[in-house]
Amino acid sequence: MAGFRGVDYMMIDSLFSEEELMVRQTARAFVEDNVVPVIRGCYRDGVFPSHLIRQMGELGFFGANLEGYGCAGMSNVEYGLIMQELERGDSGVRSFVSVQGALVMYPILTYGSEEQKQRWLPKLASGEAIGCFGLTEPGFGSNPGGMLTTARSDGGDWVLNGEKTWITNGSAADLAVVFARGDGRVRGFLVEKGTKGYSSSDIHGKLSMRASVTSSLSFQDCRVPAENALPGAVGLKTALSCLTQARYGIGWGAIGAAMDCYETARQYALVRKQFNDRPIASHQLVQEKLAWMITEITKAQLLAVQVGRIKDGQRAEAAHISMLKRNNVAIALECARLSRDLLGANGIMDEYPVMRHLANLETVKTYEGTDHIHALIIGERVTGIPAYC
Amino acid sequence: MRILVAVKQVIGRDAPLRVNAARTWVEENDATFEINEPDAYALEAALQLKEKHGGEVAVLCAGPERAAKTIREALAKGADRAVHIELPEAAALDALGTASLLARAAEAEKPDLVLTGLQSDDLGLGQTGVVMAERMGLPHATIIMEIDFRGAAVRVKRELEGGWFQYVEMPVPAVLTIQSGIAKLRYATLMGIKKARSKEIKTLAAADLGIPSHPAAVIERLYMPPRARQAQIVEGTPQEKAARLVDKLRTEARVL
Ligand SMILES: Cc1cc2nc3c(=O)[nH]c(=O)nc-3n(C[C@H](O)[C@H](O)[C@H](O)COP(=O)(O)OP(=O)(O)OC[C@H]3O[C@@H](n4cnc5c(N)ncnc54)[C@H](O)[C@@H]3O)c2cc1C
Repeated sequence: MAGFRGVDYMMIDSLFSEEELMVRQTARAFVEDNVVPVIRGCYRDGVFPSHLIRQMGELGFFGANLEGYGCAGMSNVEYGLIMQELERGDSGVRSFVSVQGALVMYPILTYGSEEQKQRWLPKLASGEAIGCFGLTEPGFGSNPGGMLTTARSDGGDWVLNGEKTWITNGSAADLAVVFARGDGRVRGFLVEKGTKGYSSSDIHGKLSMRASVTSSLSFQDCRVPAENALPGAVGLKTALSCLTQARYGIGWGAIGAAMDCYETARQYALVRKQFNDRPIASHQLVQEKLAWMITEITKAQLLAVQVGRIKDGQRAEAAHISMLKRNNVAIALECARLSRDLLGANGIMDEYPVMRHLANLETVKTYEGTDHIHALIIGERVTGIPAYC
Repeated sequence: MRILVAVKQVIGRDAPLRVNAARTWVEENDATFEINEPDAYALEAALQLKEKHGGEVAVLCAGPERAAKTIREALAKGADRAVHIELPEAAALDALGTASLLARAAEAEKPDLVLTGLQSDDLGLGQTGVVMAERMGLPHATIIMEIDFRGAAVRVKRELEGGWFQYVEMPVPAVLTIQSGIAKLRYATLMGIKKARSKEIKTLAAADLGIPSHPAAVIERLYMPPRARQAQIVEGTPQEKAARLVDKLRTEARVL
């Protein structure tokens, strides 16, 4: 099969500049050459393709939409196109890049001291250092504000106690951005690998995101020097602002997964023959599914471009990004299900990417704000009434 | 070291091909364009030489306005600057005309090495680099797989037919035409794409170079190869059939 050429039903490419398309081409070629050939094995074995980390760093994928300290300084639309292509390969690869850029580099750049930025950002941008983001706890997922992890101020240091779970890259990380309750406020800290009292263990038995490391982090009287507190990260809002960045990328990433499913199903439907030697694509019910998918993918692209453009104009609100994340993940999941159906029995095999995307997207629906939570954010935006409790 | 890479923008390999109304070329309106593949390898070879020996890589391209996209892609991959000989849309240049233009522009750059692809994916003449060398009065070598730059001279590995190779040493400046597939092509990094914005593209009008623009060779007619669907039934006893079949394969199909 020829390489992936994208999905463009309605001249969507005309909405992008030459430079934006060049950025997409780099990400697309990288995925085609390096991710597609190995991802099936990685997924089976439950390992992340860590040999790609440095190359992704060299290409500029980490923190691509951040400025300075070795970051590529791309626009948000360019960043989004990179996420789309990466998730066309696998949600786990995109997750790695999302966490590194939006959840680790972004808070250091936005809330960190000059010293923290100089020390960590260039290494994180190049992939020399890996980061993780610890917000979720066993008892607090959708409601992180209830977190139990504490940070006690002690002789100029902070002493952390508590547990974080479902942490992408957890055990692989050289640096964890951790949120804990200290002096009555939620605060962000940088905890380095090897710090006494800090340990991690991987979560096994995942049937989704198998090509991504997910871990639990434990803090037992873990002493962190004062200069490792992120000076600007005070208040739950600061943690949520990181999520907004990551959710934006997910909104684009989901399109990539949906495109891969749709394109796989379309090509399959044209060659698979049933009843009178006719391709299954000639049946009305099959065409209806393809028509639904391409329509929803096109709408998702338009939504992503619009949010990207207003984000580049500093006008995007969290509630806009909620709509992007919720809608695009939901349609991607439905595209994956429909494609799985069109592939028949072959649809359950890892020879095709569809079941892998389908399983991955179940995670994508849950993390970074569940579908419900984003509905509530949109609901609050249009009614003014918060309905979370 | 100053390296000049001549690149051509050609119709993309994935583009649908239709003969145009005048039946002299393919319809370009619905086509996509990309760098000629062997030229991409010439650029890669140049960038690798620069990494090893220092110096500068400049890109030279003769083509209509749209070719600027291919130039910017080359700058994003790491070329330092570019010269664009801007041709009128649908200018019908032959290899002699193109090579003469390129040679005239290249002379002004005083390069130590000129690299280009061994042929173009569209016309496949394999002449441009060679004629260019002749016009510039420089030595040349074709179908190059390896370049060992030694200051005043260059030693190159050429691909011959039937699995044979040839090593040639020649003085510089020289023109080398590069074989496809000799290295892994790099991606344009995001930083490279951003940096390309501020790199210089010098634009020359073909007329300024003083080369007569009427071509010595023109394409008179372009057509799809007629589909020849022929079936022959070989008659006779099995022995006769086999003998006749072998004979036909040998003398008509010439595959034996
Ligand atoms: C593979 C993977 C990687 C992850 N990586 C990270 C990471 O790197 N860092 C990190 O901090 N976290 C990470 N997470 C955690 C993720 O963010 C949480 O799982 C998510 O926030 C949901 O929390 P929960 O699982 O506790 O579900 P819950 O919050 O218990 O939700 C369960 C269900 O209840 C619904 N629900 C809850 N509250 C409401 C309400 N008020 N109204 C309506 N419905 C409601 C939810 O929508 C959902 O359907 C990861 C998760 C996975 C699966």
